Amino acid sequence: MTRPQQTRRFWVFLEQEGGKVHPVSWELLGVARTLASQVAEEAAAAGDEVVVEGVLLGHQVRSIAEAAIGYGADRVYLLDDPVLEHYRNCPYYMTIETIAEKYKPEVFLIGATTLGRDLAGAIATSLGTGLTADCTKLEMGEVKGAPQKLLLATRPAFGGNIMATIVCRRHRPQMSSVRPRVFPAPAYNAESRGEIVEEAVEVTEEGARACILEFIHGKEDTVDIEYSDVIVSGGRGLGGPDGFALIKELADAMGGVVGASRPCVDAGWIAYAHQVGQSGKTVRPKVYVAAGISGALQHKVGMQNSDFIIAINNDPNAPIFEVADVGIVGDLYEVIPAMIKEIKARKEAQA
Amino acid sequence: MFHALVAIKQVPDTTNIRIDPVTGNLVREGVPAIMNPYDAHALAAAVEWKRKLGGRVTVVSMGPNSFVTTIREAIEMGADRGILVSDRKFAGADTLATSYVLAEVIRAVHEQDPLDLIFFGKQAIDGDTAQVGPGVAVRLDMPIVTYAVNIRAVDLDDATVVVERKTERWTEVVETPLPALLTCEKDIAEIPYAPLPDLIRSLRYEPEVWTMDGPNTFSTEEIGVRGSPTIVYQMGTPPLPEPGEKVNSREIGVEAALDFTFKKAQEAGVLETMIGGAR
Repeated sequence: MTRPQQTRRFWVFLEQEGGKVHPVSWELLGVARTLASQVAEEAAAAGDEVVVEGVLLGHQVRSIAEAAIGYGADRVYLLDDPVLEHYRNCPYYMTIETIAEKYKPEVFLIGATTLGRDLAGAIATSLGTGLTADCTKLEMGEVKGAPQKLLLATRPAFGGNIMATIVCRRHRPQMSSVRPRVFPAPAYNAESRGEIVEEAVEVTEEGARACILEFIHGKEDTVDIEYSDVIVSGGRGLGGPDGFALIKELADAMGGVVGASRPCVDAGWIAYAHQVGQSGKTVRPKVYVAAGISGALQHKVGMQNSDFIIAINNDPNAPIFEVADVGIVGDLYEVIPAMIKEIKARKEAQA
Repeated sequence: MFHALVAIKQVPDTTNIRIDPVTGNLVREGVPAIMNPYDAHALAAAVEWKRKLGGRVTVVSMGPNSFVTTIREAIEMGADRGILVSDRKFAGADTLATSYVLAEVIRAVHEQDPLDLIFFGKQAIDGDTAQVGPGVAVRLDMPIVTYAVNIRAVDLDDATVVVERKTERWTEVVETPLPALLTCEKDIAEIPYAPLPDLIRSLRYEPEVWTMDGPNTFSTEEIGVRGSPTIVYQMGTPPLPEPGEKVNSREIGVEAALDFTFKKAQEAGVLETMIGGAR
């Protein structure tokens, strides 16, 4: 019994806006490469080919396709057209629906950014397949009754209290969205070889059904906590919105940015863009300082992958200490000013 | 006359969800059920525009009978008509099967009484998937604006809406033809105090209940577990990280506590980063 050779395609949506690629695209190429390697043996035995492919939509964005090859894509489908210059739901999902029906990917990963979330649900529905949001662990694994390994997509549920592993047995592609910074970016390799395949775009401006009249750039929009090396976060223990002045001072001394726990955002002490956790951003800085944060699960799932965590809290039993590398039990209004002083002193000593 | 439909969901107040420290199980008792906060703000926006333009607001919710309380709450906030979509056969639906049922109901409402705008919250706080709104828009072949923070204008004569949506990088002002679907952030509208007549009406309000038996028809292939491509394969508790070391600054003094912290940072190789030295 022989069957034709299959190509098992692991797809990554390469997100860009204004010609600027979102780094989650590279992180997902790394994930897709790992997933592809997990089926390599099974595929070799069946005589199948396994490839990691990027899908790139935009206008005059070829350089991003080239970069994607350096981050591990074997092939990039490039859909370059003025109608795709700025992200809009209809032309993007329709274009991807067409190309996905043509190539029939096995797995399709999309960043869980505002753009990616807007897009992923539309694609999954138009293709009539399953989509698992905000995955924190992805693996190709054997599932009883399935002829090939399936994508085991694990995500936090109930505010991080439960980890649920979701599978999509029969429908393809198996889709997952993944937040930025959940996985590390792979190293760039200038020697990597790959192919860029230009595909025709069928959607027209009339079919776009939305017109962007204006872009407004606000101050808060520039807060980019996901890719900062140092984050100093404040929680309810600050006692009020004014406490964030001290948090900011420490963040500035450390060359970092300000984060916050959900209660502070809900109380209106600080803008949502600063929120870390399941309902905010996922971060993995080199240093994370949690000041006056008790450590609700929904906060911990958003920051526990940080390299080094310092927690400062009055309550010795605060759950934040469970994930901290160093826990300081004490008054943050005593500890932080001393810390700022110490950092400044060490900086001067260095200079 | 303006006709808006708002899809609302009842959710457990996740800020109150806890794990039993002994059994490791989810504590569901005593967790209050609330209207998904994003849906509540979306509803407030729909009611605000109803008052500006004249018209009516229909709310739809899919879930068990207990969701009636959430529909009454919507009536109290100014909705005119409430539909509870409820059938055991819908249970176990993932986001694809959920979007199917909601889209079919919305289509039927639209045929009875044409809709201008359909509102969803940007996501529900229990699942956080943000997938159902875009799914419904695709099924209805309708334009969608997600992460809406402000509706600038609704022009019923031209059949257009101008909406501000917030992305990670900027705010976009988008014009799109009606009927359109919006998924809303909390900024879309403030939740108003209920006027007394609405409050009184809500107390006795009985929503229409739509089931598999009617008034709509649903394909059994696309509902519930059968219509759901994804299944929960395993459930587990998250792995516990190894706890670090704790010092008490009140006992050993702030200086000693900080010395310890910097020493540990050095061991972890992040001291340079910490003092802002690494660039």
